[in-house]
Amino acid sequence: MSKPIIATASLAGCFGCHMSILDIDDRILQLIELVEFNKSPIDDIKTFTKQCDIGIIEGGCCNSENVEVLKEFRKHCKILISLGECAIMGGLPAMRNGIPVKECLEEAYLNGPTVGLNAEKVMPNDAELPMILDKVYPLHEIVKIDYYLPGCPPRADLIWAAVVALVTGDELNIPYELVKFD
Amino acid sequence: MSEIVKFTIDGKECQGKKGQLIVDAAADNGVYIPVLCHMRDLIPAGSCRICTTKVNGRYMAACTTPVDEGTVVENDTPELLDIRKAIVEMLFVEGNHFCPSCEKSGNCDLQALGYKYQMMAPRFPYAFERRELEASTPKIFLEKNRCIFCKRCVRVIKDDQGRSVFAFKGRGKTLQINIDKKLAANLSDEMAKKAMDICPVGAILRKEVGFVEPIGTKKYDHKPIGSDLKNIYQ
Repeated sequence: MSKPIIATASLAGCFGCHMSILDIDDRILQLIELVEFNKSPIDDIKTFTKQCDIGIIEGGCCNSENVEVLKEFRKHCKILISLGECAIMGGLPAMRNGIPVKECLEEAYLNGPTVGLNAEKVMPNDAELPMILDKVYPLHEIVKIDYYLPGCPPRADLIWAAVVALVTGDELNIPYELVKFD
Repeated sequence: MSEIVKFTIDGKECQGKKGQLIVDAAADNGVYIPVLCHMRDLIPAGSCRICTTKVNGRYMAACTTPVDEGTVVENDTPELLDIRKAIVEMLFVEGNHFCPSCEKSGNCDLQALGYKYQMMAPRFPYAFERRELEASTPKIFLEKNRCIFCKRCVRVIKDDQGRSVFAFKGRGKTLQINIDKKLAANLSDEMAKKAMDICPVGAILRKEVGFVEPIGTKKYDHKPIGSDLKNIYQ
């Protein structure tokens, strides 16, 4: 039987959750025995080359590119996991959610104390840039998500336990200390 | 006055004083019923409903319902656990609860209930309402994003003439917690600490003493809420 295939991505996140994946330390050697990676920053494959079994996504959706990548993941992965607080509830980027986008952009590019280098007071307007959304959305408000791993970041042991349980089909027993929202 | 009555919680024989509130009587008998707004010896608010139990077959808030002879309380049933989980989820989506950036994380009762009921993600859509931070008083930050309207601070934190330092303003969707700036200016360190301690979330934070407790030493870091029945109401 071929190995299960994993894909990962970071949307509106800080890559801290991916760092936490690396925090499984030497178990990464067991991981590559257990699974194969496809599209992921871990092996630097940029686009899906085949259907995957597990998609792990960090970060919420703050722009149109995030939504596109998320929908690609849903199409290509049998199981989708929200990894970390940003994926589950928007996280720190979602702190802008009560504030209108116009106000945020004006603060960032026109009025804020650090806009000194932007002497011409230009807002980023290149056609190549993805459109920013009205607010940062949790992943499950855009596509169906199968599992959630909370934490900021989720503890490495939690990620390890969840992935191993999914791949082997064993029962998942998580100690109280491993599931935290911070 | 203090007539002893017998009642049951999930079939367990318990004893309490007639008229005693079910949450308090349960705690005296070693049974945990979750609370957010309730504090012992305080006039009940009954505002959070997390203590919803079935009393003689009907859904009741255990913090406002007294025990009587033969009262039958259901507490730990799958149905009630799901109702409580839904209440925790609703509180999470109603306010702006960013646990990673909150000083109270680890000491927060709401978060601890999220852990207890294994809330992985709320089943309801997030409201993300814009609320303000009131930082103009000398001792306290009032972070309205995190308030769950338990009314503990309104009921407990008073000045020497019995005037409440905190108060509600508005109704329904516009309800917010407010602080009286004049009274807050004279708040002692002791009262400021008490205000922060009784707040079940991170809405009231003390100034100048932030993040004193390291992660790993906080109240709910190793043991779930309800493990220590003597100290469940702070």
